[in-house]
Amino acid sequence: MSQLEQLKNAFVTALGVEEYEVKDELAYSEHVKWDSTAHMVLIAELESEFEIMLDTDDIIDMSSFAKAKEILAKYEVRI
Amino acid sequence: MFEYSSELFNLPVYGLAKAEKQAMLDRVLVQLSHHHYQHCNQYKNLTDCSHFDFSDKKAQDLLPLAARLFKDFSLSSIESDAEFRQMRSSGTSGQASKIILDAESAKRQSKVLVKILQAWLGKQRRPMLLIDSASTVKTAGGMSARAAGLQGLSFFGRNHCYALNDDMQLDLDKVSEFFNQFSQQPILIFGFTFIVWQQFIQALAKKGLKFNLDNAILIHGGGWKKMQQEAVDDELFKQTIRAQLGNVSVHDYYGMVEQTGTIYMQCEHGYLHTPVWSDILIRNSDDLSVASFGEIGLIQVNSVLASSYPGHCILTEDLGQIIGEDDCQCGRLGKYFKVHGRVPKAQVRGCSDTFA
Repeated sequence: MSQLEQLKNAFVTALGVEEYEVKDELAYSEHVKWDSTAHMVLIAELESEFEIMLDTDDIIDMSSFAKAKEILAKYEVRI
Repeated sequence: MFEYSSELFNLPVYGLAKAEKQAMLDRVLVQLSHHHYQHCNQYKNLTDCSHFDFSDKKAQDLLPLAARLFKDFSLSSIESDAEFRQMRSSGTSGQASKIILDAESAKRQSKVLVKILQAWLGKQRRPMLLIDSASTVKTAGGMSARAAGLQGLSFFGRNHCYALNDDMQLDLDKVSEFFNQFSQQPILIFGFTFIVWQQFIQALAKKGLKFNLDNAILIHGGGWKKMQQEAVDDELFKQTIRAQLGNVSVHDYYGMVEQTGTIYMQCEHGYLHTPVWSDILIRNSDDLSVASFGEIGLIQVNSVLASSYPGHCILTEDLGQIIGEDDCQCGRLGKYFKVHGRVPKAQVRGCSDTFA
């Protein structure tokens, strides 16, 4: 599985959205399922999936799928 | 929509001296008053009936809304289809406040809360023990103040563990496991003051259980009303926690659902501190004039964050006292103050009096 697929899967699992909904425009607080509770589930999922530790700035900045890719790139996840 | 300057949220949380901070607040709070005057009918009516003129006004001259108005009315400066979330107070006594947010306001609140807390906790997240039940945040229909607090603070945690079960009783197995796993790490503990005291600290004491944490920080808030009934003050609270849990640095905070995102954290010298985006004034309870430092009166909270509802200047029903400005021994700039509980019911003036 590519890291992009891994990332998409993490979104599907954590937010409970359909795979086709996971695209760059998918945004925090705009999709009904991506609320603050789901956000923390997503963070935990990304941390265990990619074995990284995100800091509080990352959590606040991760406001869309596109942003998530940017932030994970800092942690050398190649997408 | 209200436009904020992009630099506003990059200001240092406790690093702007009085002259600059007050000039910023004068500017933004007057702009917000104009904004709400144009977008919220009730706010316009209240302003008009008091024959209030915004021109040449400073922050401290603006008319505060009585906190109780948010219980009686749904005050909003946004179109109903832009509504993203309603926050409501826990409503321990009577009706709950309703605060209406659009998506931008909700995001801005989280961002500012994170900036304030980063000044105390750093950017790294810590293993986190929440002194509450996981079901508190799952209650549907609006968001309670307690749920908002738990969720807001969760951003600073990892390996979240709820210390209480669904009946709000201590889950000793979970807590012991959490402490055993993380006792040598910097742990974050968060909860509401009375719940921490009664359901956690007292419950541990009754079982005769002590822990020896190496480096923990406890953040708690929600008021001292019930604590005073049990004759527990800040000092006794801190002592008991350290006796029970080990090396814990304990910080109270003051904040309210009407201005979520802003919290006033207690420093190591025991004072609550205003972050750069908000300010407090003390008003004499008899004539609502602005009181001098040291005098006890009603607390008014001003915040630049309230753009979707007219809550930028709110007169609370809490009593407090400003100790000083920019000169706390802890080194943080801004006003620092103490809260002395709530005004007795009979003394609370109606909202119309605020506008007299």
